[in-house]
Amino acid sequence: MTIPSRDADHWAKPVDRLSAAGVAGAKVDSVSGKRVSGPLQGFGQLWQKTFRVELDGALSPQEVIAAWKDRFPTFWPKGSRFYAPLAGIAPGEVALLDIAPVPGSPVKLSTGVMVVYADDESFTFMTPEGHTLSAWITFSAYRDGDSTVVQAQALERTSDPFDELAYMLGGNRMNDRFWRETLANVARAMGAGEATVDVQVVCIDKRRQWRQAGNVRNSATLRTARHTLTAPVRWLTRR
Amino acid sequence: MSATTIGLDRVGSAAILRIAGDVTSGSEGDLMAGFNSAIDAGAAAVILDFAGMEYMNSGGIGLLVTLLVRAQRGGARLLATGLSEHYRQILSLTRIDEAIEIFDDEAAAVAAAGD
Repeated sequence: MTIPSRDADHWAKPVDRLSAAGVAGAKVDSVSGKRVSGPLQGFGQLWQKTFRVELDGALSPQEVIAAWKDRFPTFWPKGSRFYAPLAGIAPGEVALLDIAPVPGSPVKLSTGVMVVYADDESFTFMTPEGHTLSAWITFSAYRDGDSTVVQAQALERTSDPFDELAYMLGGNRMNDRFWRETLANVARAMGAGEATVDVQVVCIDKRRQWRQAGNVRNSATLRTARHTLTAPVRWLTRR
Repeated sequence: MSATTIGLDRVGSAAILRIAGDVTSGSEGDLMAGFNSAIDAGAAAVILDFAGMEYMNSGGIGLLVTLLVRAQRGGARLLATGLSEHYRQILSLTRIDEAIEIFDDEAAAVAAAGD
């Protein structure tokens, strides 16, 4: 008899195509029918970004992660929306997102994430095809002496050449700011006040994966741009 | 939680990294040191033997992704053997199985590494 691995309940089961049927509230579902896409499937340079904030230790790592899972959408920066799955952040669940490509922009990129792993001290998202980033993002908390350290770590490549260009022209910095603000919001909610977020960014692979340039066919960025540019035509034809 | 232990064997032009214990983000030093030793010794292919692995969380999979990228960058082939059905499913879920050659047993992996 095979003994189940200790981590068996923490991992999602393999799925060929994603389904966002368990999400309520989002206007656009651009995720259902897509596959997940990690750093190996992306196009651009591979970055590892680590954002950390230290709490005073009053809350255990397990308490921090339970609160983070439970109130995940409330920690996101203003202007972006996270539509959590009804079953919560649990292995196999899919969430939908509306992300402002530029802070304050009324135009939103509609995409999502799949929860591929979740335990008491961490949880991990993978992005779907069409997302700007082909990424693996782990949220975790751990003890460091008397403190509890809260961390978000992304292993990410842009998904296609257009996303890479946008990333080089400011998207990379905006992405850093997004996670810095998120971590600051988590720290504030956990009673840390205006905590300093430590950021470490390492380029793991400078090469671009040109064999993945065809990912552009799924691009949420291009789909949003096309939708925005054709909005006046749709408005006129409706009158 | 048990510590990661990495053993290194050499078979022809391939190196076998025997991974045992728990693989988490804390395994980075040991795993990368083992991989670097294999490459520094001139291995053209590195076989990851997971038969002794007891547990792997998402930090461990992140390490595996990094290892794959480093192998691709260095021109080395990465192969895997000793994976239980559970870990095969995880590699499928995360689409890592598209970038690593998986074999049912070590002999098949060694034979493929020599091709």
